[in-house]
Amino acid sequence: MPPIPGSGLAKGLAVTLRTMTKRTVTAQYPDVQPELPPRTRGVIGLFEENCTVCMLCARECPDWCIYIDSHKETVPPAAPGGRERSRNVLDRFAIDFALCMYCGICIEVCPFDALFWSPEFEYAETDIHELTHERDKLREWMWTVPEPPALDPGAEEPKEIAAARKTADKLRAQEEREAQEAREAQETRETQEAREAAESPEDRSDRAAEQEGQE
Amino acid sequence: MNDVLDVALRLLIVFAVFMVVPLVVGQAEHKVMAHMQGRLGPMYAGGFHGWAQLVADGVKFAQKEDVVPAEADRRIFQMAPAVALLPYLLVIVAIPIGPGEGAVGQVVDAGIFFVLAVMGVGVLGSLMAGWASANKFSLLGGLRTAAQLLAYELPMLLAAASVAMAAGTVSLPGILNAFEWWWLPWQIVGALVFFVAGLAELQRPPFDMPVADSEIIFGAYTEYTGLRFALFLLAEYAGIVVLCGLTTVLFLGGWHGPFGADGLGWVWTLLKTGVLAFVVIWLRVTYPRLREDQLQKLAWTTLIPLALAQIALTGIVKVAIN
Ligand code: SF4
Ligand code: SF4
Repeated sequence: MPPIPGSGLAKGLAVTLRTMTKRTVTAQYPDVQPELPPRTRGVIGLFEENCTVCMLCARECPDWCIYIDSHKETVPPAAPGGRERSRNVLDRFAIDFALCMYCGICIEVCPFDALFWSPEFEYAETDIHELTHERDKLREWMWTVPEPPALDPGAEEPKEIAAARKTADKLRAQEEREAQEAREAQETRETQEAREAAESPEDRSDRAAEQEGQE
Repeated sequence: MNDVLDVALRLLIVFAVFMVVPLVVGQAEHKVMAHMQGRLGPMYAGGFHGWAQLVADGVKFAQKEDVVPAEADRRIFQMAPAVALLPYLLVIVAIPIGPGEGAVGQVVDAGIFFVLAVMGVGVLGSLMAGWASANKFSLLGGLRTAAQLLAYELPMLLAAASVAMAAGTVSLPGILNAFEWWWLPWQIVGALVFFVAGLAELQRPPFDMPVADSEIIFGAYTEYTGLRFALFLLAEYAGIVVLCGLTTVLFLGGWHGPFGADGLGWVWTLLKTGVLAFVVIWLRVTYPRLREDQLQKLAWTTLIPLALAQIALTGIVKVAIN
């Protein structure tokens, strides 16, 4: 059936009219903060306590925009007579967000969970050089990193938690066993004492009688 | 003395209406267009939903430098915005918004002729601007304006003539006095032709070929800046008001309504004009621009035959009634 002439025009009018009655999609950003999903790539936070200065992030960054300086320190031996250990100390950790392309590779490769995505995005600067943010700023952004989203219902337990639980279980089992043993030892001691206590008055009277008899 | 005062007062009121109503239409366009596109439109100027956006725009335009190109025909170039704007002011003077002497700026006996002729002058402003700018884009825009004027003035006149025939008078209040509700279905084709042709004459989208910004920058207005440019924009919105008002008066029965026509007739007029202005905006948002040949084809092969058919119908019914 050929379309009725003008039906296309009417359809167009209907579309615009319907759009007018719907909610608009405009984000009123500075007045209303956007609701960002937890995995938003806003900025990279550095949890510097975890960083071992392994340099993997700086090497994998496709833009070479991570700057790391460090030096070695020797730590005195933990036990007397032990060997001295050397340890890396972070001097500088900076990311140039003017170069960063938010690929997330640095975060993926960090083996020590020291880098995280934060949804914080309001760090524009008027000068491009000021977009190189140093470690204190990166550390501060760690506070804005959201909790990891909950696992799907029925999902496998995360490995870390499984490992932790195993250790905890083992520990608890051992403690229980020790407690059990302690209790048993206690009990045997108590029964022995009780038996001794039960025996003793007779013994004493017997003994007394014996003594009287002897006298 | 009293007459002078009366005239001055009427002119003042008409001028105030002329300054305010187009701004209201413009703001409505901002908002309606935004929401039809899923946006919010201006939100800041003036505080509440950007109601003062056009006032702010006006201030901005007034601050801009008034540039006249070196090669331009200076006097014509500078006069063109006034020529584009003033005719609409004159038309508003003649549009009756309510019954009686008090509700019209000036009763003109040959109302339809006056109104249509003066509206035609408005387009002259664009022609002058296009020619005087010494710019090829402007010239192209001006010529397209001229072609559009030629094509669409005819169906507009024919449609208006049909109403005049029906009423037996060319005076606008006279037409309204003769109006009966069944004129609505009787003249509906004429109304559509009149409205569409009027839109084309105002160069409103989808008939905005003369200012097609993607091909000829802004047509005849390319070289204009500051206040003069603002005057052209104002002329466009004043044109919308005039077109909607005229359509209301000629085809929709002006101050006649199902109730309250005596005291509140002007409310009906404003209401109908407002609804038509909304339709103008709605059409703009919905349809893409017509190509130049499609534009001409629509006028010569669709609107003019329809207008002639309407005149024939009007004649037949008129004779049958008599
Ligand atoms: S997100 Fe990509 S580009 Fe940015 S610092 Fe990390 S690795 Fe480099
Ligand atoms: S990969 Fe991680 S641990 Fe290694 S230097 Fe980078 S942030 Fe530090």
